[in-house]
Amino acid sequence: MIEIEGLTKHFGPATAVAGIDLAVGKGEVLGFLGPNGAGKSTTMKMVTGYLAPSAGRIRICGYDVETDAIRAQSQIGYLPEGAPAYGDMTPRQFLNFIAEVRALSKERTRERMAFVIGKTELEPVLDQPIDTLSKGFKRRVGLAQAILHDPPVLIMDEPTDGLDPNQKHAVRKLIRQMAPEKAIVISTHLLEEVGAVCTRAVIIDRGRIVADGTPDELLTRSRHHNAVTLAIARDQAEAVKARLKTMAGVASVEEQAVDGGLARLTAFPKTGTLLIEDVSALAQREGWAVKALYAEAGRLDDVFRAITTDDAKRAREGRA
Amino acid sequence: MSAVWPIFRREFAAYFATPLAYVFIVIFLFAMGAFTFYIGRFYDNGIADLTVFFGYHPWLYLFLVPAIAMRLWAEERRTGTMELLMTLPVPLWATVLGKYLAAWVFTGLALALTFPIWLTVNYLGQPDNGVILAGYIGSFLMAGGYLAIGACLSATTNNQVIAFVVSVVVCFLFTVSGAPIVIEFFRAWAPLVLVNAISSFSFLTHFAAIAAGVIDLRDVVFFLSLIALFLTANVVVIDMKKAG
Repeated sequence: MIEIEGLTKHFGPATAVAGIDLAVGKGEVLGFLGPNGAGKSTTMKMVTGYLAPSAGRIRICGYDVETDAIRAQSQIGYLPEGAPAYGDMTPRQFLNFIAEVRALSKERTRERMAFVIGKTELEPVLDQPIDTLSKGFKRRVGLAQAILHDPPVLIMDEPTDGLDPNQKHAVRKLIRQMAPEKAIVISTHLLEEVGAVCTRAVIIDRGRIVADGTPDELLTRSRHHNAVTLAIARDQAEAVKARLKTMAGVASVEEQAVDGGLARLTAFPKTGTLLIEDVSALAQREGWAVKALYAEAGRLDDVFRAITTDDAKRAREGRA
Repeated sequence: MSAVWPIFRREFAAYFATPLAYVFIVIFLFAMGAFTFYIGRFYDNGIADLTVFFGYHPWLYLFLVPAIAMRLWAEERRTGTMELLMTLPVPLWATVLGKYLAAWVFTGLALALTFPIWLTVNYLGQPDNGVILAGYIGSFLMAGGYLAIGACLSATTNNQVIAFVVSVVVCFLFTVSGAPIVIEFFRAWAPLVLVNAISSFSFLTHFAAIAAGVIDLRDVVFFLSLIALFLTANVVVIDMKKAG
């Protein structure tokens, strides 16, 4: 439903997006990740027709965003960065305005208003000026606006930013509910969000896609993937650490923060080895008083940090 | 065309959702009254017409209309709603037109609220109401001209102060290009064709012609085509900004 080919954007001498190819189909929830300034928002602005690409093509449900903008845009629901809305309007007035501009019939407007207001829990603030609302409500007004016309394509720039954990949970649930019928793209800084809602994660860095796969596939790239962590009494830690290091599949062992009288040891496997069974068998044989023992799936922030560059480094390179 | 209406309605309602509309209308009416009665010595003339009243309109609009126009686009950019507005399935021209018309109708409303002065001259004597009507039409068209210039310049920046100052300067040029002092300056050295061309761009010349009671099609066409020109420029400016 979203097809992007060779998408490029220059701002003067700076290149914000450097040739992105991406296709997102129905039923996919694509998490768009990347450091600040990597080009996430710029890409979304081009997909929704707010910015014109320097090169490349974007098609939404078959309509070219540049040459057939109105038809493409009517297929899209868009929550821009910061969830802008007209602050002097109330959520009710604002949503009515969006419905009118999107030419929804009276009946459909009533039906969809009731649906989105229920889903985003806006009822208590429906008649207060948006300017007076908390950040969480403002974000949900933006979200309500984006899904009001039940668009096949949903693009959201940081949809859960500023929400508390309960609200985050509600929004993620809503996204998962809508997912089967739509192509959804969300950008986020929150890596846990990817695991929670996304069926696919794309990491971009300096305007290029550097990773693309399911969240589980990305996790296999983490050095924590299949690592085994065990918690053990502190006085035993040194002996256990030494013993773990002698195991065939272990590449290295790290000792982490000590809590209470316990030490946490993490054994990192050599590539492709599954350690958990061997480690648990060993622990039993040796009679270690293990308080906790688990295999890690991997950590997205490992992957993220390994393949993207931080902004200070980018700035240095930019100057050089 | 159907898309113009919701844009217009939202924009028009926005004036009244904040104190802006009320403050503007009060200042507008106060300034109109102050200029007409104190500086223009309306009563001392002893003539039952509104020549003095209309004579101040170009100069008042010069400051008051850019004040209305400056927020049109600059504010959308500053608050980020520009991104929302530009990604709705509405043709750009419809958005430009809807917002412009809202501002123009609002200015028209402020102008219409000067009606007590019309009642006053009718109470005091027998003015030619046809001429007065022509004056109002001319004034409304002229306000539309200033507004189109202001709207276009507002689209170039997200800073309302810059939008205001630049609009005042450009509007000033369009106003004074017909004033005797400017014409004399050019007449000294420029060919007659150029002098005529410059003075033909003056709001003063065209407005004075209409306000005298003669609604010449050429004057009406001047204002309408100027509005069309600046609204087209407005569309182009926004489109250029889109390209980054």
